This record gives sequence, structure tokens and C-alpha cells, in this order.
Amino acid sequence: MSVRRLAPPEMQPKDFSFSKDNLAWAKKEITKYPEGRQQSAIIPLLWRAQEQHGGWLPEAAIRHVSDFLGMAHIRALEVATFYTMFNLWPVGKFQVQLCGTTPCRLRGADDLEKVCRKRIGDQGEVTKDGKFSWVEVECLGACVNAPMAQINYDYYEDLTSESFGKILDNLAAGKKVKPGPQIDRQLSAPVGGATTLKEKA
Amino acid sequence: MTKAIVDGKEIDVPPEYTLLQACEAAGAEIPRFCFHERLSIAGNCRMCLIEVVGIPKPQASCAMGVKDLPPNKDGSPKILNTKSAMVKKAREGVMEFLLINHPLDCPICDQGGECDLQDQAMAYGVDAGRYRENKRAVEDKYIGPLVKTIMTRCIHCTRCIRFTTEVAGVPELGAIGRGEDMEITTYLEHAMTSELQSNVVDLCPVGALTSKPYAFAARPWELNKTQSVDVMDAVGSAIRIDTRGREVMRILPRVNEDVNEEWISDKTRHVVDGFRTQRLDQPYVRVAGRLQPVSWKEAFATIASKVRSSSGKRIGALAGQMAGVEEMFALKSLMAKLGSKNIDARYPGSPLHTKFGRASYLFNSAIAGIDDADAIMLIGSNPRREAAVLNARIRKRYLKGNVLISVVGEKADLSYPYNYLGAGPETLAQFVEHAPAQKEKPMFIIGQGALNRPDGAAVLAMAAKAAASLGVVKDGWNGFNILHSEAALPGALDIGFVPEEGGMNTAAMLKAGELDVLFLLGVDEVEVPAGGFVVYIGTHGDRGAHRADVILPGAAYPEKSVTYVNTEGRAQMASRAAFPPGDAREDWAILRALSETLGQRLPYDSLGALRQALYAAHPHLSRIGQVTPGDASDISKLAKLGGHHDKAPLRSCVSDFYFTNAITRASAIMAECSALAHAAARTAAE
Repeated sequence: MSVRRLAPPEMQPKDFSFSKDNLAWAKKEITKYPEGRQQSAIIPLLWRAQEQHGGWLPEAAIRHVSDFLGMAHIRALEVATFYTMFNLWPVGKFQVQLCGTTPCRLRGADDLEKVCRKRIGDQGEVTKDGKFSWVEVECLGACVNAPMAQINYDYYEDLTSESFGKILDNLAAGKKVKPGPQIDRQLSAPVGGATTLKEKA
Repeated sequence: MTKAIVDGKEIDVPPEYTLLQACEAAGAEIPRFCFHERLSIAGNCRMCLIEVVGIPKPQASCAMGVKDLPPNKDGSPKILNTKSAMVKKAREGVMEFLLINHPLDCPICDQGGECDLQDQAMAYGVDAGRYRENKRAVEDKYIGPLVKTIMTRCIHCTRCIRFTTEVAGVPELGAIGRGEDMEITTYLEHAMTSELQSNVVDLCPVGALTSKPYAFAARPWELNKTQSVDVMDAVGSAIRIDTRGREVMRILPRVNEDVNEEWISDKTRHVVDGFRTQRLDQPYVRVAGRLQPVSWKEAFATIASKVRSSSGKRIGALAGQMAGVEEMFALKSLMAKLGSKNIDARYPGSPLHTKFGRASYLFNSAIAGIDDADAIMLIGSNPRREAAVLNARIRKRYLKGNVLISVVGEKADLSYPYNYLGAGPETLAQFVEHAPAQKEKPMFIIGQGALNRPDGAAVLAMAAKAAASLGVVKDGWNGFNILHSEAALPGALDIGFVPEEGGMNTAAMLKAGELDVLFLLGVDEVEVPAGGFVVYIGTHGDRGAHRADVILPGAAYPEKSVTYVNTEGRAQMASRAAFPPGDAREDWAILRALSETLGQRLPYDSLGALRQALYAAHPHLSRIGQVTPGDASDISKLAKLGGHHDKAPLRSCVSDFYFTNAITRASAIMAECSALAHAAARTAAE
């Protein structure tokens, strides 16, 4: 963890407002909460704003959402800076969240980090073509398939530097990639097929 | 009631008490940083840990209720220990964690000497740290011209956030980030806009938020502390004036539950630099259009020659907004000796008058009465600008719930929501014949903006009638409240510094050619026409002094012992904390000396003798600190005033909170705050 700041003014868009669809969705979302408690909708709304704005949350969006919910700007800023999944700086089209917690480290997350550094650059940097950025995150809960990384919404597991590099290549080329384990394995089942309960009952 | 045994002493406390309150009721002292009586409970500093026998871990006493304790099996009272070895060890642990990231910069910290962390580290700190890593450093934030931040010192108690959100009602401060990286800031480091923002400096238990104008100015142990009252508005907040040598260094609030609780407005606190600039420190006489410094004797002689060549009928006196009761009493006596009935302390148009009785011009329910009211109607008043501390009291009442607040007059952000009824007197007219309100204790708060206008009498009469029909005044409850904005006026009305039959009022006196000689006792807010000879007794080279033909330098409120009556009718004594600059003198003494030269010697040679005469004439003024209530039947007299109201909307009498008198206009800090407020208002309008 480190101090999280908003992106500098020159990176910030002037204003932000929900698209028509998102606005309708947001209005519906608010009705989930009782009258006077609309502020409870802050996290889903900020998340939708982040999705609409290419994966990161500009200052204008924080302001827009807080005005929308009738709360003080600082209250929304508190929420946005508290949760690390709100990206306050621009991210690439493919945001790589590389797990760096112990099980993944033991299984070779260091190699994946080297790939990231070589292909993308430092953490938080966006490649010139705007396609990639990466960040190290804490455990994503897929330790059985360590090492792993999350790219946008999908998990890519059982990675090696080669398979990881290939995924990045394919993503860059616009080709389809297969989420999940990158070795011969069904989800989290044992590598190389079943090891117990082989006989038929 | 719930029984508990605190440090071996059995006590009986109400079940809603927290453990901390219960321990304090038993006389135990509990250290704390985040807990504050007037704010919500956060429970995040952990300094108030105590031992509850039966619970294995120490408990945060501020956040646990007595009724939440699991009962003992045999039904015996719970045993709370605040001095056991376990408690001491726990608190020492908390203190060690707090000090991990707290810098050791006490020698250059403005909080040094009055710092909660410093004091409590004496009791619970250890002599050497065990922490060998780097300390956290935090960037300082800009949060306005009044509060300086050194955020590395912050211990995250969140008192400041809770204050701005709850008491001030302007949620501007917040905590961004999390854990060790949590930082207190405003949104994008905008300046805070609350009129009460400086109170966060008092609340901050460490030196993270300190007073910017007072930065590096003095140490607490060098200061002489004088208890006094504030005159920036008519609330009469209790203050402490800290002086070093001749100079007023700062003003802090004192606790007065009935008036200001423990808050004061920024104007009260930061007007200090206004005492140093633009001061009148010697008498002046206008010679050939220019003010020339002269001796007191020459100044008095000039006045005497003018007064002798005139007659009582063509002499008048006005008292300004910070004039004390004693000096007005002296001036009134002098005018009577000169044969003049022309005295006034009100703005043109104001219908308030001594002859209607005290209840007709006081805040009758008292300020503490706001806590009991269940309906409040603000008439021609913006209490946020006219009496910021009182506005916080209304907000406190609003937070308690079940109150109907409505406004007739200006639509403004008062820091709480309200029903907007309308702008003009005609809105008030609909209540003149209205069914009684379905409320137990309804309250009117009538601002000077509703009264200082040509149809002031009609508006006041209408308000009195509406009060009668709505049940604002009834047995055991008098909610008819006049909110004064000037500290002098309630006192002036108490001693009758208003024209009797045959005397001229302010409007008449300010007509060109009506008077030969006009005495101004610190009057800066009205336009004095050319012509007549003007004697200005005051403190600052402001509007009044610019118009004056003779200037007699007086003492500002920290420089004299003088009585003020606040808007409730509470007589309070301001004490002398410093001395007036140069040749300036206390105002009553100037009037006494002048009376000698005029051949009309006032019969008091000392302030004590003056007070004796004053108390003989107005005994209630001797009851310092107490409210002498008015007679509720006086209000029905107002209803007979009648007159016709016009259509002009009611406006607050204060348009700029930071510039309301000569002292504030001399203050650079007030000017900065005012400019900021105007800039913010412009941005908001765009």
C-alpha cells in the first residue's frame, strides 16, 4: 500500500456524466436503498463510472457521482481513495493485476513480474499504444493455480513467463485468449488428471 | 440506573452512560484523544482502554455502554478498573503505537505546552522508542487561511472531521486513503468555508492543526490569560484573551453552556490583528480640512467652544455597536446635562425601544431555549452570518430531530434544511390570524434585517401578532426572540439610550442641518451628512473617524473593563487584558474628562462610582452572567404598534460575515477570509 492520489490535472477530463444507459441503471440502483440512504449506492455507482471511463476514475466522475447522490464531494473522495480497486490514474485497455502474495511468489510470480516490466514498464505506467498497464496486487484467491494474474475481468492461471508472454501478445494482436489455467488442467483439479477416486464405484 | 464498581468505589449511573462517563462519575480520569463530549463517538484512538473484570481484553471505554456489559452470574455489579497494571500496560502500548509515526518536533510545534499527546505521554509514554524503521511523513495540506496543517503530526483521531460534519454542518474535511496512509484533507485542498472552522484547532489533540495567524507567535506559558466576553456579535460568547506584554496574542473560547457551549466563530477568534492596525492613539482636530494631532486639552477645548455656541436641542449622540453599557450611561448622563434628548443606538427605522419593556427586544427563550424548541421560524435573519455560534445551536437542535424550521426572508445555506415560506413581510402577514401551531414550544427568531427598515415597526407589530396567534408566547414559554447582531444594542436599550418623547432618533439626527454637534461613540456603520460638527470617540481610523472633526481615541473591548448585555439580556463583563495604545483612554474616562471641560461635570471619579450609579438606576445589570428575563406581557404592547408594511423582501442585516465593524475592517486576516468567501460565492453562482 502506498499513498493514493488523484491523477494530475492535465490527465483529468474536464467533465464526466453517466451515459444514458448508465444513468437509467444508476437511478434504478439507488431505489434499492431506503429514502435518505441513497449514499449507500456510492460503490456500485463509482464502479460503473470507472467502467464507463475506460477503467479508471477521474476526479470529475467522483464529483459527478457525489452530486448525483447528494453527498459532499469529500465523502465520495474518501470512498474512492479507500478502495484500491478504484483506479485513480489512467490504465491500459488491458489492466494486468499480478498476484504477488506468497503462494504465487513461491510458484514464480517473480518471472511474471519481469515479463511485465519488460513488456509494459513500471507499475502504473501505461504503454504508448494505451493497451497495457500492470499493478501488483495482494492475493486474488487462486493460490491452487499459482502463479496467476487477472487481466480486466478474467483470471489467467498456472502461468509461466512463456504462456504469460503469449497471452499478452495475443491480447495486443486482438486475438482471442482463453482464461483460466494455461496448462493441461481442468480448473483447479489436479495437474495431469484425477489422482484419487479413479475406480468406478 | 445501573450499578458498577469503579476502582473499588460503587456508583450508580444511568444505563445510557458509556463506561468512560461512568468512570468519570466515579472520579477516575480517563485519557482520550478521539473522544469528545460534543461530537459523535469514533472509538479509534484506543487511549481510553480500561479493564472490565470478566472480559479478558481491555475495553475502549468511550465506545461501550454500561448497559452493554454482560452481567455477572451472581448479579453483582460489574467491576471496572482504570488503574490496574493491565490498563497501564495497555495504554502504554497504545501510546507507543501513536508515537511511532509522531515526529519529535515538540520544540518547534505550536501546540507545545498545551498538547494532549505531550501531556499524556508524560503519564503513559516510555523514555525510548523501540521502533527502528522510517517514520511516516505526510504532505501538508492547504485547508484555508486560518488553519495551518502539519499533517505528519496527525494521529487520526478524526475530531476535526466530526466537528465540521456535525457541529459546523459543512462536511468539508475528510480522511482519504486508508490505514497508515490515511490523510486528513479537504476536497482537492479547497479552503474550508465554515464560520466555525477555527474550532478544529482547539479540538486537535496534537499539533497537526494549528492557528495559521498565530503560528510561531508565542508559547502558552508566556501568555497572560484574561476571561472576557466577545462583542463581534450579540451572542456574547465567553472568550479568553491571551496577552503577552501589551499585545493581544490570541483569543480562545471558554465554556459557557448557556451561550456558546465551547465554540466561537472565526471572527471572534481571528479579529486579533485588527487591534494592532489602524488604531487611533492620539486626539485629532480637523484644521482646514485636515486632521491634525493635538493634545487632549486642545481637543476638549475645541469641542467645548462648539458645544457652548450651540443649544441642547441641536446636540446629539449616537452609540455604535461595540459601546459598553458604562460608557453609554456616562454619555447619556452628559447629554442630559447638556439639555439634549437626542440619543440613539439603533439603526434608522428600528422600532425597538425601552418603553415597550425588556421582553420586546430580547431573545426571550434564551439561547439554551433553542434546545427545547420544537418549531423555529427565522424572520429576516441569517443566523449563520449574524450569530454563527447560535446557528450551530439551531443545527444541533435540527440533528436531534423532530423540529420544524422555517424561514421568512433570505434563502441562504444555513447548514440545515428548512421550509422556505417566502421573502417579504406579506408572508408573515398570513400568520397574523392563524390557528395556533400544533407545537409545544414554537419559537420566532427575528433578525435586525426585519426591523432596520422604514416599515420596521409594522413588521415587528405583525410578528408580535403572529406570535400571539401561533402560541409562540404562552404560559411557561416565551419564544418571541429578537436576534441582535450588535453587542451594544441590548445594553443600550436596557439603559434607555434611545430618544424619549421630544428627542431625535438616528434617522432624524442624520438629516443634514439638523444638528450642530454630533457625538459618535464608535459609530462607523452609518453615513453622517456633511455640515454639523462631529466628535468621534473610537478605536479605529474607520468611516466614523474619516468624517470626524474631533477624534478622541478610545479603548477597544480587550482594553477596558466594561459591561455588555447579550441578545438574551445576560449582563456580562468584559475584562481588561491589555492597555489602549498611545494616548488612548477608556471611553468612560474620556467622557468624564470632557464633561469637566464642558462645565457639566459627571459625578463619578472612578469606574466603581460610575458602576454604583449605573446599578442604582438599573439593578439587573449588576447580576453579571445572569439573564434577567423580560415580562412576556410586553410583547402584546408591540402588537399595537401597527403601521403599514411595504413589499420589500426581508434581508439579513449582515451581508459579509467577516466585515461587520471597524475592528474587522482593520484586520488583514478578516480581509483574506472575506475575499475567499466572495470568490467562493462567485464560483458557486457560475
